[in-house]
Amino acid sequence: MNKDLWQPSATIETLHQRGKMLAAIRQFFADKAVLEVDVPVLSQAAVCDPFIDTMRVEYRHFVEDSPIDYFLQSSPEYAMKRLLAAGSGCIYQMSKVFRNGEIGHRHNPEFTMLEWYRLGFDEQQLMDEVSALIEAVTGIGDFSRIRYTALFKRYLGLDIDSASDAQLAQTMREHIEVSGDYDRDGWLNLLMSHCIEPKLTGAVFIYDYPASQAALARVKIDEQGVAVAARFELFIDGVELANGYHELTDSQEQAKRFAADQSQRQQLALPQRPLESRLVAALSHGMPDCAGVALGVDRLLMLALGKDHIKQVMPFDITRA
Amino acid sequence: MAYSANQLKNGLKVMIDGDPCAMQQVEFVKPGKGQAFTRVKMRNLMTGRVWERTFKSNESLEAADVMERDMEYLYTDGDMYHFMVPVTFEQYAVEKNAVGDTVKWLKDNTLCIITLWNDKAIVVTPPNFVELEVTETDPGLKGDTAQGGSKPATLSTGAVVRVPLFIEEGEMLKIDTRTGDYVSRASKG
Repeated sequence: MNKDLWQPSATIETLHQRGKMLAAIRQFFADKAVLEVDVPVLSQAAVCDPFIDTMRVEYRHFVEDSPIDYFLQSSPEYAMKRLLAAGSGCIYQMSKVFRNGEIGHRHNPEFTMLEWYRLGFDEQQLMDEVSALIEAVTGIGDFSRIRYTALFKRYLGLDIDSASDAQLAQTMREHIEVSGDYDRDGWLNLLMSHCIEPKLTGAVFIYDYPASQAALARVKIDEQGVAVAARFELFIDGVELANGYHELTDSQEQAKRFAADQSQRQQLALPQRPLESRLVAALSHGMPDCAGVALGVDRLLMLALGKDHIKQVMPFDITRA
Repeated sequence: MAYSANQLKNGLKVMIDGDPCAMQQVEFVKPGKGQAFTRVKMRNLMTGRVWERTFKSNESLEAADVMERDMEYLYTDGDMYHFMVPVTFEQYAVEKNAVGDTVKWLKDNTLCIITLWNDKAIVVTPPNFVELEVTETDPGLKGDTAQGGSKPATLSTGAVVRVPLFIEEGEMLKIDTRTGDYVSRASKG
C-alpha cells in the first residue's frame, strides 16, 4: 500500500458530474416506472462465461468456522432474471460488479454497471431505449446500426459467412503481428478489437452477432437463412459500452449453454465454478419474454467528459482502493 | 525467468524471436464477451525496430537479461569503442554497430548509458545534452543576435548542426542529442 496515493483518482469536479449522471439515470427509469432493484453482490454461484474470472470470497458463520465460498458478481444478470421469473416486471439495477484481472485504460476490476430488463421488448426496441437514455444523460444523439456481417464487409472487405478460419487469421496478421492460435470467435474478436473498433466513430450499434457468440441471447434465423444471435453491442467512438440481448427464456437451452461453457473452461484449464442452477430452475418456471442490456457507467462518463483513463472518473481506482 | 502476457508493463525487457525487446506501450484488450489480449508496442533493442504484437493473456514470455549502466567514454581503437564504469573501473569494449549514431556526440569522458544484454553492450545512449566545440562554420554576423536564420556548423566530433548566424568557430555549444538541435552557447565553466 502506498500512503502517497491517499488522494482520489478523479477530481472533485468530475465526482460532481458523476453524481449528476447517476441521478439522471435513476430519473430516466423513474419516469418510465421501471423498478430499481439491488440484488446481492455476493452469490454462491459464479458466471459461467469462460473469459470472465470471478473473485472468490470466504464466508464464515463464526470466526473459527470453516469457510463457505461466495463469489463477487461479475454482473447482476442471473439474480435479476430470477426476479423477472418471480414476476417483478421491468427492473433495473445500477451497482458495483467485479472482474478479476481486468485492468487497463478502460478496465477497472471493480466498476459500475447499469443493467435493465424490459418486458415485451426485442433487441431493436431496446436499442431505441438505450439511445434515449444516453441522449438524456449525455446529449450524444446520433446513433447508427449495422449488422455484424455488414461491419466486417465494410471495414475489412471480409465476408465472414464464407471466410475460413485461416482467412480470418491471415487478414488479422496482415494488420498486426499475433502470436499463438485462436478459434474462430477468437479471430473475430481480434479483428473486431484491433482492426474495426479503432475505426468506429460516433455511436454505433452492432447487431445480429454470430450464433457462436450468443452468450445468453436467443438465436434466430435472419433473412439469409443464417442462425444469428439476437444480441447487440453499442460502441461509442470505438469504446465498447453496452451489450444487450433478446433474452433466452428456454431453460433446456440455458442448461446446455452452461454445460458447454463449463466444458470449454475445462479444456482451457480454467477454474470450474459452481453454475447458477437456480437460473435454469427459474426459466423452467417461466420467464416473461424480454430484452435486457448491461451498460458500463464509468465508460459512459469517460465519453461524456472526454477522459481517456477510467480511473479519472471513479473516486479511487484499484491501485488506490 | 518468464512473464505471463498479463504481467507485461512499460519498460519490461523480454526475449522475442531471439532478440531482447523493450515494452514501450502495453494495452489490456478485453471484449466484454471473449478472451483477453495484451497488445504491446515494443522496440527490438538489437535493431531499433518498433512494432506491435498482440499476445494471449496467458502466453508466457522469457525475460531478457538486460540492464543499463552509466559508463564514461574513453577512446576508440578504430574498431571498438572503449567505455569504463566510473565507480568500479570495469572496462567494456563496444562494437561500432552498438554505438550507432551516438558516435557523433562522443568525446572523451562523456557519460553515456550502456544497455547490456547478457553482459554484452548492445546500445549506447548519449546524455540528453552534450557540449561540443565548433570546428568549422561560416564567419559570424556581428549584431545579428536577434534575427532568425541559421547556418551549418561542424563540431569537434564531426557532427553537423544548424546554429544561429552569430555562432563562431571555437565556441562551445550545448546540443540536445535527442533532436540533434542547437540549444544555446555552453555556459562558461
